[in-house]
Amino acid sequence: MNYEPDEYGYWGEYGGRFVPETLVAPLDELATGYFTVRDDPDFRAEFNDLLQNYVGRPSPLYFAKRLTETLGGAKIYLKREDLNHTGAHKINNCVGQILLARRMGKKRIIAETGAGQHGVATATVCALFGLECVVYMGTEDMRRQEVNVFRMRLLGAEVRGVDSGSRTLKDAINEALRDWVTNVDTTYYLLGSALGPHPYPLMVRDFQCIIGREAREQILEKEERLPDVLVACVGGGSNSIGLFHPFLNDESVRMIGVEAGGRGGNLGEHAARFMDGGNVGVLQGTKSYLLQDENGQIAMTHSVSAGLDYASIGPEHAFLHDTTRIEYASANDEEALAAFKTLSEMEGIIPALESSHAVAHAIKIAPDLGRDQIMIVNLSGRGDKDINTVQEELRRKHDQ
Amino acid sequence: MNRIFTKFEELKGAGRKGFIPFVTAGDPDVATSLSIVLKLAEMGAAVIELGVPFSDPMADGPTIQRSSRRALDRGTSLNDVLRLAADFRKKSDVPLVLFSYFNPILSFGLDDFRKAASGAGIDGVLLTDVIENEAAALSAKFATVDIDLISLIAPTTTDERLKSICEPARGFVYAVSRAGVTGAQETTSAAAKTLVTRARRFTDLPIAVGFGISTAAQITDVWSYADAAVVGSAIVSEIEKANDPVAAVEKFVGQLLPLFKKNGDKTVPDEVT
Repeated sequence: MNYEPDEYGYWGEYGGRFVPETLVAPLDELATGYFTVRDDPDFRAEFNDLLQNYVGRPSPLYFAKRLTETLGGAKIYLKREDLNHTGAHKINNCVGQILLARRMGKKRIIAETGAGQHGVATATVCALFGLECVVYMGTEDMRRQEVNVFRMRLLGAEVRGVDSGSRTLKDAINEALRDWVTNVDTTYYLLGSALGPHPYPLMVRDFQCIIGREAREQILEKEERLPDVLVACVGGGSNSIGLFHPFLNDESVRMIGVEAGGRGGNLGEHAARFMDGGNVGVLQGTKSYLLQDENGQIAMTHSVSAGLDYASIGPEHAFLHDTTRIEYASANDEEALAAFKTLSEMEGIIPALESSHAVAHAIKIAPDLGRDQIMIVNLSGRGDKDINTVQEELRRKHDQ
Repeated sequence: MNRIFTKFEELKGAGRKGFIPFVTAGDPDVATSLSIVLKLAEMGAAVIELGVPFSDPMADGPTIQRSSRRALDRGTSLNDVLRLAADFRKKSDVPLVLFSYFNPILSFGLDDFRKAASGAGIDGVLLTDVIENEAAALSAKFATVDIDLISLIAPTTTDERLKSICEPARGFVYAVSRAGVTGAQETTSAAAKTLVTRARRFTDLPIAVGFGISTAAQITDVWSYADAAVVGSAIVSEIEKANDPVAAVEKFVGQLLPLFKKNGDKTVPDEVT
């Protein structure tokens, strides 16, 4: 099956471009720019060279032996995106987009960030190429991801706090869009997830597909067969679509996207778009599933992990959800925190709270799968940025 | 023929230009909004834009963001806005354009919305984030109940797009004066005039200019090359600051349009006769 969007950026009924007229010209320019480089050998060579020598790819596919033995079920492999330069999968997309921005002659780069990983990765590639960098970040996220704010500033980026709405990722995207609409001539918007208006969801997915392509090769080398299950967390959906996409036509491979279950099932307490309360709508340039109230106002969301704390989901995910090619599950705050601890203690790997949601789901289902089953979990980022949050949460729990 | 067409024909016949105020419905509350728009109608507004508050107004600057928040904090829904419109329509024939992001309309249901908006006496709908094929489909849907989907053009719009937007456009064309979000400014960019001149090649519809207009001098300037001037954030800002929003709007719009204030909408400002 063909999983490409149509020429307007639609996967089925999802995607498209829902933007103010002012942004049409820059989006057209971006699409033209991207489709020019997409299959250009020089561009690909430059991209691959940076991935190898700057990012440190390929990232290892690591067999989590103790975790596997303890759970007593499927063999668990971790795709170690946490070992990338800057500590998460976000850098893959940033390297691709910064090369594009350079070819388009843009000198000023803006980005949004939730957990700060995309902001750090953007600040990093801007430093690498000497470009001006402004990162929008919700003030609630700045509080809980303080280390990343400092990292971005060290890298020479200007971090602008966003005080509107829930002061998280969604609000940072609004503010980045407002900046872009005001500075269209000079500015490149380096969007960090498989979200937003066409061509972003396609372009970001393409750049992240390196994860799945490598994982496919690595597992075939190690096990001489395809995996049975892939598990990845889904905020906007870039790390998961990057892992899943190269396997979509392998019918035997089951794929599970794990959303943030937060602290409860009511609207406002979680960020699971495919749970009750999520239905189709338009937000920030794209049509997809949204957490919204009965009046079409975007709902507040909650997750212990800033990177999953978002009311919408990438349009390709919405499509793959409806076709049932990908299954979606959720892990709540508590399960993610427990998985964070488990992986740290059992494998010596401190995962990002976002990735901990994927680990939590793996821990949940692995025991029920046979020992002959193979599972790959995308460890999309490392958890250094989260130690303060985890400390706070554990202390709170202890006090209760 | 709907009220937008009739109004602009009337203005044209009298050699006059239009003033289009914008207010966020439900800020500070629905009842006060109704009094404000009735006052604006009485003062000679050609068309009134009624903003549907949205949680994530990505095309708006801080002033309208805050007013949307205030309206939502009061619980203002699209239903409330439509009721406000219906109440207004009982007392005034001034055309009403709903100014909204797409999601509240989509969530309401497009067919239900079309019916309800028509029933409430809405004449036009302007959606900030609907363009191209989606806009064409909506425009056709709304046309069946004689509601105009108002099209936006911007300085970044190419000639090819201007043609494809302006030719099928209905009601009037809304020219965004500059690249940016809504918000009051001291001067209107030269880009606005260029844009209106470019658009004239593709349409005979009236062209309104909006974004950043807040002074009498800017309105006079816009009137020299376009058919109407939209004032939004500057009015919303008066509402935000005032203890008595209706009086504040009356005073502000009065100094914006001094001749209107004295003689009602029969008067032709000297500059544009």
